[in-house]
Amino acid sequence: MIDFPILSSLILLPILGALFIFFSKSKSNSDTTSKYLALFVSFGNFILSLYLWYLFDPTTSDFQFLEERTWIKGFINYKVGIDGISILFVILTTFIAPLCVVSVNNNIKNSLKHFLIAILVMESLMIGVFCSLDLVVFYLFFEGGLIPMFLIIGIWGGERRVYSAFKFFLYTLLGSVLMLVAIISIYWMTGTTDVMYLYSIGIEAKYQNLLWLAFFSSFAVKTPMWPVHTWLPDAHVEAPTAGSVLLAAILLKMAGYGFIRFSVGLFPIASEYFVPLIYFLSLLAIIYTSFVALMQEDMKKLIAYSSVAHMGFVTLGIFTFTQQGIEGSIFQMISHGLVSAALFFSVGVIYERMHTRLINSYGGLVSIMPKYAIVLMVFTLGAVGLPGTSGFIGEFLILMGAFKKSFLVATIASFGVILAAAYMLWLYKRVIFGKIINQEIKILTDLNKSEVLILSILAFVIILFGFYPEPLLNTTKVSVKDFIEMYYNNINFTKN
Amino acid sequence: MTDLNFIYSELFLAISIMSLLIIGVFKKNSSNLIYNLSIISLLSCLALIFSFPINENAELFNNSYKIDYLSSFMKILTISSGIFVLISSNKYIQTININKIEYPILALSSILGMMVMISSNDLILFYVGLELQSLALYVLASFNRDNLSSSESGLKYFVLSALSSGLLLYGCSLIYGFSGSTNFFVISENLTQDDYVLTFGIVFIIVGLAFKISAVPFHMWAPDVYEGSPTSITIFFAILPKIAALTVFIRFLYVPFLNLIDQWQMIMVFLSIASMLFGAIAAIGQSNLKRLVAYSSIGHMGYALAGLATGTNQGIQSSISYISIYLFMNLAFFCCLFMLRRDEKYFENIQDLSGLSKNHPLLSFCFLIVLFSLAGIPPLAGFFAKFYIFSAVIDQSMYFLAIVGLLATVIAAFYYLRLIKIIYFDKEKEKYETNHNIGLKLSLLISSIFILFYFTYPSWLIEIVEKINII
Repeated sequence: MIDFPILSSLILLPILGALFIFFSKSKSNSDTTSKYLALFVSFGNFILSLYLWYLFDPTTSDFQFLEERTWIKGFINYKVGIDGISILFVILTTFIAPLCVVSVNNNIKNSLKHFLIAILVMESLMIGVFCSLDLVVFYLFFEGGLIPMFLIIGIWGGERRVYSAFKFFLYTLLGSVLMLVAIISIYWMTGTTDVMYLYSIGIEAKYQNLLWLAFFSSFAVKTPMWPVHTWLPDAHVEAPTAGSVLLAAILLKMAGYGFIRFSVGLFPIASEYFVPLIYFLSLLAIIYTSFVALMQEDMKKLIAYSSVAHMGFVTLGIFTFTQQGIEGSIFQMISHGLVSAALFFSVGVIYERMHTRLINSYGGLVSIMPKYAIVLMVFTLGAVGLPGTSGFIGEFLILMGAFKKSFLVATIASFGVILAAAYMLWLYKRVIFGKIINQEIKILTDLNKSEVLILSILAFVIILFGFYPEPLLNTTKVSVKDFIEMYYNNINFTKN
Repeated sequence: MTDLNFIYSELFLAISIMSLLIIGVFKKNSSNLIYNLSIISLLSCLALIFSFPINENAELFNNSYKIDYLSSFMKILTISSGIFVLISSNKYIQTININKIEYPILALSSILGMMVMISSNDLILFYVGLELQSLALYVLASFNRDNLSSSESGLKYFVLSALSSGLLLYGCSLIYGFSGSTNFFVISENLTQDDYVLTFGIVFIIVGLAFKISAVPFHMWAPDVYEGSPTSITIFFAILPKIAALTVFIRFLYVPFLNLIDQWQMIMVFLSIASMLFGAIAAIGQSNLKRLVAYSSIGHMGYALAGLATGTNQGIQSSISYISIYLFMNLAFFCCLFMLRRDEKYFENIQDLSGLSKNHPLLSFCFLIVLFSLAGIPPLAGFFAKFYIFSAVIDQSMYFLAIVGLLATVIAAFYYLRLIKIIYFDKEKEKYETNHNIGLKLSLLISSIFILFYFTYPSWLIEIVEKINII
C-alpha cells in the first residue's frame, strides 16, 4: 500500500488518458468515444482520489503518501505529498473534472476531442499543484496550467476570446516570473527548494519581506485580489462553460492554497508584517467588487465579480492565523469551488439555449423551466452563504477568526455577506421571476438528463456539506492546528 | 605526428570538402550526390569525434589549438545541427532551385571554420576560423542569386561583417601590442596590470563577437539577412555561427581576461539586457516569420550572454545548456516553416499560418510546443534553459539582470502567443501540401520530442555540461 505511488498516479492518469485520446482515431463528427474515454479516465481518477481520502490519516499533520525522486540531479527533487490542507483540493479537482467532461457535449461544436484533451491535461497540472512539495515542481505545475487554459479560452471561447486569453496569460505570467526569481533566490540562500525542509529550517528574517512580495505578486494575480482582478471577468465571460468552471472552481484555489502553504508557511514574519495590506485588499475586494457585481448586466460577469469577493473572504481568513480563520478559508474555497462551478454550469445551461448572457433578456423562467429554477435557488443560496449550505460554514468560520483579530475588519467584512445576498438574490429574481418579456423564452426546454445529473450532484453536495461539514473539517483540523502552531513557533523563535 | 590524432575530424572534413569539390567539377549533374555525400562526411566527422575519448585535453601547434571537453561538445553540437539543417532543407533547396554543388560544399567549409574557431586558443587562428566561416556564409546568404533580396542580404552581411572583422582585428592588434603574444595562455600570463588600452582591445573584440551572434546594438544586419537569405540558410544563421561565437566568447573572456572581469562584466550585462529587451519588443511588430525569428534569436542570445556575464563556471554551463536547447527549438521552428509549402512555393508570412490547426493538427501542435517553449513556459525545454540561466545569474546576486530578463520573457511571450493565436484561433486558409520528405519529418519529430519530453529527465544535459570547467 505504501509503495504504490498513488499521488503520481493521480497526476499521471489524466495525462495518459489525454495521450490515449490524442492518438485514438476518431471520426471527426462523432466524438462520443473520446468523451466516454475522458469520462472514464476522470471518473477513475475521482474514485482513486476518494480512495486516497479513505487511506488518509487525519490524526496527524505530517505529509503523507510522500514520494521523492531525483529529478534534476543535485538540484531539485520531484517530491509530492499531501496533508490535511491540500487533500481536499485534490479531491475537489478530481470531482469537478468529470462534471466538466459530462457538460461539454452540448456546447462544444468543433474539435471536441482536443477540448477533452485540454481539460484532462489541465486536471493533471492542477492536481500536481496541490501535491507538489518542492517549490520548483510547484512552479512547473502552476505555470504549466497556463497553456491549456489559454487554449481553452482562445479556441473555444466567445467573441472577445483572443483579448481575454491574452490578458489572462500575460497577467498571470507577469505575476509568476517574480515568484521564479524568489524561488531561485531561496535555493541559493538555503540550498534547497524542498518545502518540508524549508519549514524546518526557516528563512532568514531580513529576506522574508521581499520574498513574500514576490510570491504575493503571483498569488495576488491568480486569487485574484483587487486591483489585479480585472483579467478574471474577461476570462470568465469569454471562456466556454467548462473552462469557466475549471477557472473558478480550481484555478483560483491554487492561489489561496499557495498563500497558506508558501506565503504563510515559509515567511511567517513577513506575513505578520503584511497583514494590514492583505486585510485592506481583502476588504476592498469584498466590498468594492460586490458593488461592481451588483451593477453587472452579464450573468457570467456578475458571478466572476462575486468570485473576487468570495476570494477576498478567503485571503482575509488565511491571514487571521487562527484555527477558525484558516479552516474557514479552506472550507470556503471548497465551497466556492462547488458553488461557482454550479453557477457557471447553470449559466451555461441557459446560454446554450438562448445564446445570450444578458440578465435582462431573461425573466420568468420559473414557469418554463421549473427544475432549473429549483437548482439555481440552491446555488444562489449557497453563494449568499445561507445556513444549510456549504457557503455558510466557510464564511461563518472566517468571520469568527476575523473577530478574534480585529473587530473593525470583521464588521466591514460582514457587510460583504449582505451585499452578496443583494446581488445574488436580485440576479435570481431578474432571471427566474417576473413576467416573460422575451418571447423566445417560451419555447425553452427544461434541463436534460446530463444537466440534471451535473446540477443535482452539485446541489446535493452543497447542501450535504452545509448540514454536515464534519468530514471536511475533520480532515483539515489537525493539519491546520499544527500549521498555526508552527507559524507562531517560527515567529517567536526568530523574535527571540 | 601524434598530435594530428586530435584533429582527425577537422582534417577529414577539409579533405572531404576538397574531394567533393573535385567530384562536383568532374562529374556532371552530381548535385544530389554531393549533397548526400556531404551529409555522410559530416556524420563520419561526428563519428571521428566520438571515437576519441572526448574528455581528453590537448594543446596542439604551440598551444594555439586546444582540444578539451568544451571544444568537443561544441563541435558535436555544431556538426549535428549542421546535419539536421542539411537533412531538413533538402527538399527546400530543390524547390527554389539552388541545388548546386557549391551549396553543401560551402556549408561544410563554414562548419570547418566554426570547428577551428571553437578549438582556437590563439587570436590569429581564431581569426582564420572566423573568416573561413564568414566567407562561406556571405556566399550562402546570396546563394539564390536571381532573387533580389537574397543578393542584397549577402552583400549587406558582407559589408557589415567586414566592418566588424576590422574592429575585431584592431582589438586583436591592441592586445598583441600590449601583451606581446597572440596566444591566450601567454596573454593571460603577461597580464599583470590592467591598462585602459587593453580594455579597448577587449571591447573591440567583444564588439566583433557580439556582431557575430547579433547582440544589440550590433544586430542591425540580422533581420534583413535572415529575411533575405533562403530559409535553409536562415536556419544555418540562426543556429551554427552562434554556437561557435559563444564558444569563442567563453574562451576569450574566461581564459586570458578573467582577471579583468570588472572591465567586461558591465559590457556583457549591457549587451544581455539590451538584447533581451530589444529582441522582445521589436519582434512584436513583425509580419515576416523569418524576420520574427531574427528578433527572437536576438532576444535569446541576450539570455545566453546573461549566463556569460556572471563570470562563473555555472554561468558558462548555463549558457551552454541554453544554446543546446535553443538549437533544438530553432530547428523545430524551421522544420515547421519548411512544411508550409503549396504548389512548389514556400510561405513565410505570419498570416499564412492562419487557422493552421484546422487542417494540420499535428503540425500545429509542433508549432504550439515550439512557441511555448521559446516563450519559456514550463514544462517545456525552453523553461529549463531559462531556469538554468537565471539560477546562475541570481547566484551571483545580479537581481537586476534577472528581473529585467524575466520581464523581457513576459514581453516576448506576447508575440509568441500572437503566433499561436493566428494558428489556433483564426480562420483557416488553404491546405498545405503534406508530402514531405522523411528527413524533414524526422528532424521535426526528434526536435519536438526533445522539447516536449525534456522535463522527464533534465539531468542528462546538466551532467554533460557540468564537466565543462573553464575557470
